[in-house]
Amino acid sequence: MNNHFNVDIPADSEVILGILNNSDVVLKKLYLAYFPMILQLVINNNGNEDDAKDVYQEAIIVLYNKVKRGDFELSSKLKTYIYSICRRLWLKRLKQMNRYGGDIKDFEDHLPVEDEVEKHQDRDLQLNKMGEALQLLGEPCKTIMEDFYMHNKSMQDICERFGYTNADNAKTQKYKCLQRLKKLFFQQ
Amino acid sequence: MKNEQLLEMIERYLNGEMTIEERAEFDALRNKDAALEAKLEEHKHFTGLLRQYNDRHTMELRLNAIHDEIDVHTMAHDLMSHPSLVVRLWRQHHSKISVAASIAIFATLCTLFFTGYLTNQDPRYQQLASKVNQVENSTKQLEVKTNDIIKGGVKSTGPVITAKYRGTGFALSSDGFILTNLHVVDGADSVYVQNADGESFHTKVISTDPIHDMAVLQINDPSFKNIGAIPYGFKKGKSDLGEDVYTLGYPTDAAVFGPGSLTSDAGFKGDTAEYMVSVPVNPGNSGGPLFDSKGNVIGIISGRQTQTQGVAFAKKSASILKTIQDIPLDSLNNKALTLNSKNTLAGLSRPQQLKKLRNYVFIVKVYNQ
Repeated sequence: MNNHFNVDIPADSEVILGILNNSDVVLKKLYLAYFPMILQLVINNNGNEDDAKDVYQEAIIVLYNKVKRGDFELSSKLKTYIYSICRRLWLKRLKQMNRYGGDIKDFEDHLPVEDEVEKHQDRDLQLNKMGEALQLLGEPCKTIMEDFYMHNKSMQDICERFGYTNADNAKTQKYKCLQRLKKLFFQQ
Repeated sequence: MKNEQLLEMIERYLNGEMTIEERAEFDALRNKDAALEAKLEEHKHFTGLLRQYNDRHTMELRLNAIHDEIDVHTMAHDLMSHPSLVVRLWRQHHSKISVAASIAIFATLCTLFFTGYLTNQDPRYQQLASKVNQVENSTKQLEVKTNDIIKGGVKSTGPVITAKYRGTGFALSSDGFILTNLHVVDGADSVYVQNADGESFHTKVISTDPIHDMAVLQINDPSFKNIGAIPYGFKKGKSDLGEDVYTLGYPTDAAVFGPGSLTSDAGFKGDTAEYMVSVPVNPGNSGGPLFDSKGNVIGIISGRQTQTQGVAFAKKSASILKTIQDIPLDSLNNKALTLNSKNTLAGLSRPQQLKKLRNYVFIVKVYNQ
């Protein structure tokens, strides 16, 4: 099937290494290799192209996190793993939309991955909450949080960017912002 | 220690910015103070979430960039398995289609039911029991009563309420056994017969034969007197095609003579228990006797075909004999009903035959709620 679209399928071990090295080239290869399979699954089961994109990207992220955590064992083919995750995600979404007719048209073998998908979605929920908390936080706190905790910038850089006269002021500001962010996060 | 400073220490500890001495000191503190330990864990988790949020966000950007390079639409078109239009419509709308189909089936059944299609009755076959015109009937009753008053007679005239259905019946014996169609008396609360002179007698349905659509009535009215020997016989054998036949019945309030001939040995839909005859019959003729030219009963009028003019059906006399045999003996007071086999009409002309017959053919009036 994939040959039909002239994409070369990277070896599973190459993908794992690429993920660990955060390689853009490998990510692209991986993405192109299995997208047609998932597109086929989704559009033939009551979905559209955007649904396929969402489901597939979510599955890639699941795979990424799993590999980065170091608990991905090559016990199954990568293709089967991705297919199984997408299938599970899509089934859940169909049920949420009440469009599930009771059977799904399968194109590949699949594994039981219910627990993994559950775990992933719980975490995703937390991250969504974090996103909302950050939105509510407002400027300049949001940028300070992003710069310090996400982009790993030093306090010195932050001082300069926001024009704080000394590092202590910046630290105090950062502390207050973090406390507010925590409050917003846990309130939700 | 202020919270702010504590947080800074935690961050430095986690980021590995402490010197070896500071680190050892902090580790010792951690071991001692559970609250500090909890705070450290919480902070680690929270900043971890922040980092993961960032990772997810960057990843999404990277994936979207790759995705934008794909011509998804063409790919989707190629990958779509193309089931036939019908299959796709069914997949998308099967629940709606099911509901519509159930409604359609229900409507069809209702229509069939209300148009009488679901009964065993074939619409092309019309049974000839007549539903009595209420107005006409009450007028008639008034007339009869008036006549009675004028004559000063005390004849029993049956109940004052009007009959719902009407048919014809004829005597099987001189002591008040009368044969008619089952569909005339079916579901009756009470049944009266009226003779040619306008006298009504209460009767009881003593036997029914749903297979041949026949019912035997017995007059149990005290005012009834023996009507004398039956002038006609019952033909045991078959009658031939083309024979002259006639009937006498009550489609109206006066007896109506219907001449014709036997046109087929088989009745409606080839039913061999019936004759087909071309005799003019109308609602009310049901249960009337069918005579051959010699005055033998060869059948009992039971229906006509609705789509063809002048086609009537009569149950053969063999069925009549069968029905009479099947009457349970206890309904006859253990006295078998013997049919007259001596025909006294044979040599007579048609008007003379009819004059004699008249007294043995009755209107059957059916009363029910």
